[in-house]
Amino acid sequence: MKRFLKIAALAGIVLLAAGPSGQAAGEARHPRDAGFGFASLFGTFDRASAQRGFQVYKEVCSACHSMRLLSYRNLLELGLSEAEVRAIAATFTVTDGPNDEGEMFERPARLSDRFRRPHANDAAARLANNGALPPDLSVITKARHDGANYLYSLLTGYGQEPPQGVTIGDGLNYNPYFPGGQIAMGQVLNDDQIEYSDGTNASAEQMARDVTTFLAWAAEPETEARRRMGIRVLIFLAIAGLLAYGVKRKIWAELKTKTA
Amino acid sequence: MAIGLHDSQVKNPVLRWVDQRLPVITMIQKEYGTFPTPRNFNYFWNFGALAMINLMIMIATGIFLAMHYQPNTAMAFESVERIMRDVNYGWLIRYVHMNGASMFFIVVYIHIFRGLYYGSYKAPRELLWMLGVVIFLLMMATAFMGYVLPWGQMSLWGAVVITNLFSAFPVVGDFIVTLLWGGFSVDNPTLNRFFALHYLLPFMIVGVVFLHVAALHITGSNNPLGVEPKGPQDTIPFHPYYTIKDTVGIVVYLMVFAALVFFAPNYLGHPDNYIPANPLSTPAHIVPEWYFLPYYAILRAVPDKLGGVILMFSSILVWFALPWLDTSKVRSMNFRPVARMFFFLWCVSFVVLMYCGGKPAEEPYVTVSRIATAYYFAYFLVVLPLLGRFEKPMPLPESISRAVLGIKAMGAGPLPGGAATAKPMEKA
Repeated sequence: MKRFLKIAALAGIVLLAAGPSGQAAGEARHPRDAGFGFASLFGTFDRASAQRGFQVYKEVCSACHSMRLLSYRNLLELGLSEAEVRAIAATFTVTDGPNDEGEMFERPARLSDRFRRPHANDAAARLANNGALPPDLSVITKARHDGANYLYSLLTGYGQEPPQGVTIGDGLNYNPYFPGGQIAMGQVLNDDQIEYSDGTNASAEQMARDVTTFLAWAAEPETEARRRMGIRVLIFLAIAGLLAYGVKRKIWAELKTKTA
Repeated sequence: MAIGLHDSQVKNPVLRWVDQRLPVITMIQKEYGTFPTPRNFNYFWNFGALAMINLMIMIATGIFLAMHYQPNTAMAFESVERIMRDVNYGWLIRYVHMNGASMFFIVVYIHIFRGLYYGSYKAPRELLWMLGVVIFLLMMATAFMGYVLPWGQMSLWGAVVITNLFSAFPVVGDFIVTLLWGGFSVDNPTLNRFFALHYLLPFMIVGVVFLHVAALHITGSNNPLGVEPKGPQDTIPFHPYYTIKDTVGIVVYLMVFAALVFFAPNYLGHPDNYIPANPLSTPAHIVPEWYFLPYYAILRAVPDKLGGVILMFSSILVWFALPWLDTSKVRSMNFRPVARMFFFLWCVSFVVLMYCGGKPAEEPYVTVSRIATAYYFAYFLVVLPLLGRFEKPMPLPESISRAVLGIKAMGAGPLPGGAATAKPMEKA
């Protein structure tokens, strides 16, 4: 029994290390490890990077990709001041209504509004994108295996020669990290394409890193609170466990002296 | 039992007044206080209590989730994310519920393993075991429907694959499928009824758990030696000995649970379920949750659809017949060295099936699944019935107390071989 338990524990560890099975993703290349700080067990999001990432999203990605689960107020959690976020929101126009006269009307966005979507609906998005639907990015890093590294690898994975004998479809681009290797999205991040307000050099690699940090935060904004609480819960349980085990030993010791 | 007020031993006058009219306090004292329990449980005997705790956690978190969840195909996905983002500690409630399902299956699989190894299904505990199998089937139905509720890609396509299985049955198949769907595809009516049933079934589980525990308290627990207690020297009161031992187990269980919830909440899930359900786009690989993978592998191991479905259901239903398939009178495999090897091999086949279930239906996984499936059934249908006749078990100890307290206490004869291996565990 004991030997079996040891073997079982070992097998369990091997299985855990191998990860949950059933994750073949076409013939996509394995993502590169971008070494994100938030990926570690107790890591936090680099606020400056996430703020820059929002700028990348706003100025590049949001032309095609929606983030409909996020509201402008959520940006406060990134460390932007309320005045800054109000100003950002006010640059967008949203449709509200109906008003007293039964008419829909336009107004500047407020903190409580969801991120404005680039297209009215999926059909309009497809029409504008050669038939491809740009996925919503709200939970994108949760919705892909090794999401953050995948996204970073994808964004920096353009410009490579497709393997011999592979013909790239009309309006598609080669990207080895994308399942199937052919992606409708072109290379969107180019060096110095935008100007960072904090003066950081806007290389394509830097922008990919920043926007991935922003999207990883957007997908799991509770991450830092969750890890903090987890540490406290585990410390509490460790102490409770030691106490319980001590009490157990004491109670059972009495039993042994009584009967033996 | 005589009619009239119960003769209560409770001192407190208010509690005594209640106990005379409804002797719940007496009952708890009898069933969880002084209840005579074999003195030699090892930590495998924690898992019944752990499963009970897990069920309570699932019901508690589930009720709070239901307060915020929208069972409508247009809103379900977003309502779950809204719980995670805008409900106070919503992420905690949802991740506890989501990982709680995995923890429930881990705990129950170990509980079943315990029952299989120590022969807890044998007379007089056949009905106790069968009620356990009913609980497990209800759990599977509940977990499956729960996984559909977030309405991600795996929710939808998992529901499509599983509900379609019923179409394999001749004559009634299509009728059953239409009934499950509430229409002609997996759509809003399906989601609505799955939500209603997902809320209902856990309370049915509570009912069967009550019967399971009631039956347990008639026969009393099995123990690692598989020898029935022969007198008071073989048992100890449940409280404080096993209340405190269960407490130790509960804390360890909660630590594993917490590690998952707080540090790897999506590790056991599939990322595709964070893609909103889309009936027009089929995922490259549809895989069920990890705890269903062995049965999924059995299903796919059979080339014929109906055959696969029947074999898949049989893989659980065969457990009902186990008390009669195992012909050996010896319960604990500590004393059945030959059966033990076959049993561990069965455990290996189960793990292999779990692995293959997560892989695409191609070689070598299909062949491996077939071999593992064949052994899975052969263990129950061939090995156990025959072993009882031909195997020579090791000598059983005379009694629990004799095996536990050892030579010194009893002052006679050497210990039977199996007892020595069982002994170190009780000390822990």
